[in-house]
Amino acid sequence: MQMHMKPLWKPQKNNSKYNIKKNIVGKEVFQMGSYVPNTDRERMEMLKEAGFESFEELFSDLPQEMVVSGGLDIPEGMSELEVIRKMKDMAGKNKKYKSCFRGAGAYNHYIPSIVKSVVNKEVFVTAYTPYQAELSQGILQSIFEYQTMICELTGMDVSNASVYDGAVAAAEAVMMCRDRRHETVFVSEAVHPNVKKVIMTYCNAADVKVVTVPETADHRTDIEALGKLMGEDPKPACFYMQQPNYYGIIEAPEEMAEIVHNAKAKFIMGCDPISLGMLKTPGEYGADIAVGEGQSLGMPLSFGGPYLGFMAVKEDMMRKIPGRIVGETTDDEGNRAFVLTLQAREQHIRREKASSNICSNQALCALTASVYMAAMGPEGMAEAAKQSAAKAHYLASGLKSAGLEMDNDNVFFNEFVTAIPEGTQASSEDILKALDNNDILGGLQLDDEHILWCATEVNTKAEIDEAVQIVNAVLRGEEE
Amino acid sequence: MELIFEKSVAGKKLALLPDCDVPEVEFDAALCRSSKPELPEVSETEISRHYSKLAHRAYGVNDGFYPLGSCTMKYNPKVNEDAAALEGLTDIHPLQPVSSMQGWLELYDTAEMYLKEITGMDAVCFQPAAGAHGEFTGIQLIKAYHVANNDIKRNKIIVPDSAHGTNPASGSMCGYEVVSVPSNEDGGIDLEQLAAAVGDDTAGLMLTNPNTLGIFDKNILKITEIIHDAGGLCYYDGANLNAVMGIVRPGDMGFDVMHMNLHKTFSTPHGGGGPGSGPVACKDFLAGFLPGMRIDKKADGTYDMTAAENTIGSVGEFYGNALVVAKALTYLLTLGREGVPEAARNAVLNANYMKAKLEKEYDIPYDKGCLHEFVISAVELKKETGVSAMDVAKSLIDYGIHPPTIYFPLIVHEALMFEPTETETKETIDNAVSVLLKIKEDAYSDPEKLHGAPHNAAIKRPDEVKAARHPIVRYDFEKEE
Repeated sequence: MQMHMKPLWKPQKNNSKYNIKKNIVGKEVFQMGSYVPNTDRERMEMLKEAGFESFEELFSDLPQEMVVSGGLDIPEGMSELEVIRKMKDMAGKNKKYKSCFRGAGAYNHYIPSIVKSVVNKEVFVTAYTPYQAELSQGILQSIFEYQTMICELTGMDVSNASVYDGAVAAAEAVMMCRDRRHETVFVSEAVHPNVKKVIMTYCNAADVKVVTVPETADHRTDIEALGKLMGEDPKPACFYMQQPNYYGIIEAPEEMAEIVHNAKAKFIMGCDPISLGMLKTPGEYGADIAVGEGQSLGMPLSFGGPYLGFMAVKEDMMRKIPGRIVGETTDDEGNRAFVLTLQAREQHIRREKASSNICSNQALCALTASVYMAAMGPEGMAEAAKQSAAKAHYLASGLKSAGLEMDNDNVFFNEFVTAIPEGTQASSEDILKALDNNDILGGLQLDDEHILWCATEVNTKAEIDEAVQIVNAVLRGEEE
Repeated sequence: MELIFEKSVAGKKLALLPDCDVPEVEFDAALCRSSKPELPEVSETEISRHYSKLAHRAYGVNDGFYPLGSCTMKYNPKVNEDAAALEGLTDIHPLQPVSSMQGWLELYDTAEMYLKEITGMDAVCFQPAAGAHGEFTGIQLIKAYHVANNDIKRNKIIVPDSAHGTNPASGSMCGYEVVSVPSNEDGGIDLEQLAAAVGDDTAGLMLTNPNTLGIFDKNILKITEIIHDAGGLCYYDGANLNAVMGIVRPGDMGFDVMHMNLHKTFSTPHGGGGPGSGPVACKDFLAGFLPGMRIDKKADGTYDMTAAENTIGSVGEFYGNALVVAKALTYLLTLGREGVPEAARNAVLNANYMKAKLEKEYDIPYDKGCLHEFVISAVELKKETGVSAMDVAKSLIDYGIHPPTIYFPLIVHEALMFEPTETETKETIDNAVSVLLKIKEDAYSDPEKLHGAPHNAAIKRPDEVKAARHPIVRYDFEKEE
């Protein structure tokens, strides 16, 4: 696709930044790749046919005083080999750990090969949003299947086609619960701090009041406080909580659902999709909206993105959910067909009256999640959940025997918090440093004494034993 | 065709995970779901074939011409994909120690350097995951600025009537009242109407330039001056940046804050609707409000991350769609200082060439000074033959061409908006032109054929009304039994 060709654009006078070289026959060429396929001669013909003498004339309507003179102050273009070398060089400066015991919103689960193979199909990668249904049935059907799988996983009725990430899904969820009689948003303190921050940012933008429901000393949502705070507010809109919560604890959503519904507000649950292979669903707990970070469903860690915000609601909220939704219908000949539907909710129709502006979403990530769930099946999803929990509990008992204490006695899924016993010299930092020196990414440091650990089905017993041994050595003062 | 659920047979599964090598944990039944989710039980062969079949019923940039106006469906270079698939990028946890993610920070810092120079801005934030997300972020910066100045009476955002629907929606998400200003006969903003609309309640203006007609507003410096004189700020919607990158810069036009669509201008693929990336760029005086983390290069050459001093918070969980940023940087490294404007010039050339070849046969209401895209109106055609913009669009499908954007912008009736982009050959454009001329002939000789188009696609035209009136938005397992 890349070609070297004579400049048709006459460089400005001050052109010292242009790198003009001579080619083999002495003609001037730009060393560049712009993926422009037309030859010099073709482009001259095209210019002429369009009624222009030069490339400059194409831009003659632009105020000339603002035209960039002398070229942009960025490096010259490079060949593909040089570019990939440079990218590899940067990628090489990141540390890829041998084993990982860190979660906190981004999880290292196994990605089946079929997932990568399907989502790398060129057409799935390069297609646009499926506005033209006749030409996009494959994309539309894949989204319809995704919506169905998310509904099955969460126990809800209607899923959208995805939003940007789990935190934005939570923010969009609280925003959709507001109307004139429902204004205040309640958020549990025990949710992921990044998710809380995004909810706060969205609410702050729209001047929406947010009340934080405190957590108990042992890191569960304070249900009594929830009842009191919601009772005091004249216009509660919704309550957002996370299951398992930020500290990995399995909360008691049924009691929260009752309080929230008695206050005529909506109950929103943020959930870990892997846990739903086994744990009770938001649908069963009586949630009105279920959201979550879908990265665990086949997406690599990727420095935080692209991930997948999933979002599903009970039927009565179907016309309020933001984002694209695919529906089944028939074509002119009565055959099954899929289309983007319920578009009266969206910005291109409602403009300033739309409740959300979302259009691009994370479609390819939704496809990834679908293929992942199809590959895992109901048994595989349950197995991934069970093994993640089993490995985390094994890690927890190992760390206890190494000398750490559990921060609390609550039931946890695959994350938990440890505390360093009083009188111990070592700090969180010492522990994590020692693990890092052995190519192990330990848990997330919460403070000097507390670490949030995570394990998944990919962690082997041997790996866990090694980490435990290192922690043991640090606590006994044997390792720096 | 069959849904994957309809292939499901109880008991089929893949051998993906080993047996558990540690003791199992029993959870109280009250904590567990009462039944397993109805996910498909299929073999790997069936999964592979199912998605191959779906792939055959879709159309990507690799399949052919995709002249969707305002979407910049340029070719997506393969080296971008290879770069973003490097394990040193994909296998990095977002909460690793900063010392262990230096490569990612360098990558972000390098991408920021390129984009600052291309936009004429002083700071870039990659957290927004799409264009609309960038708009929402940028308007929040404008709001934060006014609030910081205790100038809280400003409650209006001005948006021209040719704008994308996301602009007014982003304004109202930030609690602003949206004021629409009409276009003048050249397709630009009507200066008198703009002057009449501004006041001490103006928070800012949102503008796409070139606009959705493909026209660069000649009065741009005057427009940004009117807004600034009224105390407002100017937001540049970068949806159409491909037309002018390396030629003129939004920062030099008087804009204070903007977003780019890396999935349009900087060649990252659309993925059937996402993930995109909509970084926000702004002038220095707004940088302190940016969300997420700012990257600092320290004296010793290492990188660190800190939150901006007066940050509005966060608009995403971590640092945005990082792998998309990696793809865009790969593209920027490839193009460099010569390639960036060269791409813009050829995007404009291709659009003008295509327009010139069509303007004798089709009505192009705003035909002066189009840059990267142009808009045909099928009003006359419809009056004379009954063939609508929709019919023309659907007929293109039969010739293996993706339809243009239709019925947008709203100010052109029966609109067909074409954006060929720079990566298309003359031959492709010539072919599309001859197809469009043939369609016009058919409109007069055999309009029924066009009403019934497409004839060769996976389906005939779908019943959208039925889909909306009786929504079926998930597979019904009970119906099956």
